[in-house]
Amino acid sequence: MTRLGDLERAVMDVLWDSVPATSNGVTVREVADALAGRELAYTTVMTVLDRLAGKGMVQREREGRAWRYRAAASREAHIAQLMLDALDLGGSRDAALVRFARSVTGTEADVLRAALGAEAGGSDTATPAADAGPLTQRVENPTTEPARRVRLADEAADR
Amino acid sequence: MAYAVHFGVSVLACWLTALVLAGSRWTWRSPRVAILCWQAVGLAVGLSAMGLPIALGLAAYDRPTGSALWALATDLGHGTLPVGVGAIHLGLVGVGFGIGAVLLTTTVRSLHAAVRAQRRHRDLLTLVARRDPTVPGALVLDHPSAAAYCLPGVKPRVVVSAGTLDLLDRAELAAVLTHERAHAQERHDLVLLPFTALCRALPWVRWVHDAHERVALLVEMRADDKARELHAEAPLAGALRRFAAAGTRITPAGTLGMGDRDLDVRVQRLLESGPPPRLIGAAALGVATTLAAIPISLFLS
Repeated sequence: MTRLGDLERAVMDVLWDSVPATSNGVTVREVADALAGRELAYTTVMTVLDRLAGKGMVQREREGRAWRYRAAASREAHIAQLMLDALDLGGSRDAALVRFARSVTGTEADVLRAALGAEAGGSDTATPAADAGPLTQRVENPTTEPARRVRLADEAADR
Repeated sequence: MAYAVHFGVSVLACWLTALVLAGSRWTWRSPRVAILCWQAVGLAVGLSAMGLPIALGLAAYDRPTGSALWALATDLGHGTLPVGVGAIHLGLVGVGFGIGAVLLTTTVRSLHAAVRAQRRHRDLLTLVARRDPTVPGALVLDHPSAAAYCLPGVKPRVVVSAGTLDLLDRAELAAVLTHERAHAQERHDLVLLPFTALCRALPWVRWVHDAHERVALLVEMRADDKARELHAEAPLAGALRRFAAAGTRITPAGTLGMGDRDLDVRVQRLLESGPPPRLIGAAALGVATTLAAIPISLFLS
């Protein structure tokens, strides 16, 4: 993994793990403070957040003179997206993944889709086109139960 | 006209070869030869599909397609067309080039879409996958479902889910990782790409999808062979069985029908393997080379 990839991951970990879901995001300064152990320059953190925003991984809103950043989707939703690709359930074969074998029960597939569906339902802000678009539309009645459980677990972990 | 007949015969021969290839069991014992045959058939079909209308349009020249095209280009340059070459004939030549253009653009578009989707997938992996000492060189996704796959590319990534780590024992896991690395090393994604592109260009043609599925299965068998060279049959067959057993057979909307049958076929193959059929393989390669050579030589002469 590249150094840049490492930094992106560290920044995302901050956004996922130390920002409560209810808050309206954090500033670059707050992220830099959370990563104090790494002794990163303020501008480095800003660049990384900027790159992540460009990739659609984080969303930002202007507040006064500063931007506030938050994760565009939860870690679980990203994993669900990757697993849907991996299990060839995503409806798109674009990624041309070559898989050893796949094994998934109907329920598991539903849970995976629901994890994405709940995410998209929660935030109606723009997600990148490559994202879950057609997929979430296919989920007609997403069972939000598993996703909610994950969120509760997250919040419990925060406390 | 004779050259158009050549192309027509070539299409027919490709179709027959594809039928035989799809039906034969020897392909399972030498998947690499079979993959080469499928590629030759694919190339020959594409070129013949282009060549047939072109040769029909240029029948008046009574020359091999390559030199007839050259003659047409010179005539068009001088603004004089020979007797017997009218709008219909030029239209046929256009259709031939159109088919070629469609085949080329769908392949390029498939490649482009694949590269984009792979970059997105890689970005996400960077953010959420972790390394694990039990699977050196691979990435682990923390998810209870079982999946093992290879993200192809210049820097390929082998990914397994936490569910797979739970499902398989050490030896089985090692076999699966070797299988995935074989996909990455031999660029099986590129082997499959033209067939995927063809499926996209002709989504309503059943035999194109059949060919794609055959090649996809052969690619898995080839990777199984690489894994078996290093780890013997037992762990690989064990891993396949566990994958087959972990997914329930009751699946919605036929999402897994094919996958399940493929798993059975692959396990079966590992158990009853014989030596690769050298004679049949050599004969098949000969046929495939001839098939590909016919349209190529018509275009070059």
